[in-house]
Amino acid sequence: MLDDFIVRATLAGLGVAIAAAPLGCFVVWRRMAYFGDATAHAAILGVAISLTLSTSIFAGVLVVSLLMALTISTLSGRGYAMDTLLGVLAHSALAFGLVAVSFLSGIRIDLMAYLFGDILAVTPTDLAIIWGGAVLVLVLIGSRWSALLTSTLNSDLAYASGIDPKREQMVLTVSLAIVVAVAIKVVGVLLIAAMLIIPAATARPFSRTPEVMAVIAAVIGAVSALGGLKAAYHFDTPTGPTIVCLAAILFALSTVVSVFRAPR
Amino acid sequence: MRLVEIRNLAVRLGGHTALRDVSLGIDSGEIITIVGPNGSGKSTLLRAIIGALKPTSGDVIKSDNLRIGYVPQQLHIDPTLPMTVGRFLGLPHRVNAEQIVLALEQAGVPELAARQMSRLSGGQFQRVLLARALMNQPDLLILDEATQGLDQPGSAAFYRQIEDVRLQLGCAVLMVSHDLHVVMSASDRVICLNGHVCCEGEPEHVASAPEYRALFGEGTKGALALYRHHHSHSHDHPHDHNHSHNHDT
Repeated sequence: MLDDFIVRATLAGLGVAIAAAPLGCFVVWRRMAYFGDATAHAAILGVAISLTLSTSIFAGVLVVSLLMALTISTLSGRGYAMDTLLGVLAHSALAFGLVAVSFLSGIRIDLMAYLFGDILAVTPTDLAIIWGGAVLVLVLIGSRWSALLTSTLNSDLAYASGIDPKREQMVLTVSLAIVVAVAIKVVGVLLIAAMLIIPAATARPFSRTPEVMAVIAAVIGAVSALGGLKAAYHFDTPTGPTIVCLAAILFALSTVVSVFRAPR
Repeated sequence: MRLVEIRNLAVRLGGHTALRDVSLGIDSGEIITIVGPNGSGKSTLLRAIIGALKPTSGDVIKSDNLRIGYVPQQLHIDPTLPMTVGRFLGLPHRVNAEQIVLALEQAGVPELAARQMSRLSGGQFQRVLLARALMNQPDLLILDEATQGLDQPGSAAFYRQIEDVRLQLGCAVLMVSHDLHVVMSASDRVICLNGHVCCEGEPEHVASAPEYRALFGEGTKGALALYRHHHSHSHDHPHDHNHSHNHDT
């Protein structure tokens, strides 16, 4: 079954969508959208380093994304406004990554595949890594769900309940790096943040509790991945961007629907 | 029983000494109110007690298995975060529906469990925060200017609720308040803070202490009069005791 590239692509898309959904909710609730962008953009630098050292792309991206996320966590609250800091880091990481890739003159690499994903080229090994990472993120976030939520509400409330909000922030940082590393093959560096944020934002109007929002976001992410894959095949369009387009259309529909519904 | 013992606590925040030489004890069942001008370290003291701030020097010693219920000064819930009152009360520890109803009753808002947090009025929101603080049967309830944003009848009703809660649960209460009339009527002990403990004791004692007068003026002599203070702290006035407020050392 896994011999079929469409089956592999489908499973890869589902894995990323399901892992990205609960994490994406936290990214939205904690206003970390730019944080996700910066971490994802740093991944291209990870790709360049992996190719130079001939190591696995996954490992290189994971390490560089983690370093980026830790850098942001450390620098935040030290004088610069968060959006300025993230704007600087996100775009410099991308620029340095692109320059670094251009030095790799000996190897012809398909830059587009890393920027926008290449889901149809997912190998069985990639698939194992994607699902391994997805399960890890789900376990990490699921096991700390209540503590993460409490810290997200208010750090003092967390402290008073014996929760260390800095540790919970670290859980999200690590999860984000893992999701970036496994999603690069599916939607690419530039569109990972979209897979985090759009399904979560689409789910918001239909959710009364955080748990419901995470589940609906996962469903919307999965529908986008499956539908986007089909549409890309049908219209012969790039798969990663098509998945994100579908997610964006669902977001627009949800916004329209929520406007016409009585607020609750 | 001694719940919290604070010894020679000092906290520096960003190069500024927010608290120094603070020593005090909190015993079970008592209501203690902290008063003091803006920037006097009231919230810093509470945050050091809940563990959100590490002491620069000194100790905050809590009794074993001390359960703290904390009501923050303000809580902003991001509009992107859907949260019913019932779910909020179950953070971080899941609770059943009966416990939710009970806590909401104790806080005086029994009907709110299914409502979205974002749709509550200011008074309802504060009471839900109180209900959450009561979920784990606290030994010590800590409130940081919990009536900010409530009108005068609203805050009076809120403090009556606190007294009821204390009677029902027997917990100690440590609160920061600007409502001096409430302080004087409802507290067992008042601590007047201005970077250090200026004076402390029974409300009548504190109200007549020169240190307290120096901070809050003579206008509070009739301590039961409604008084909200809007004053900038000045040391120019002559008074006959040595009263140092040099915070930069």
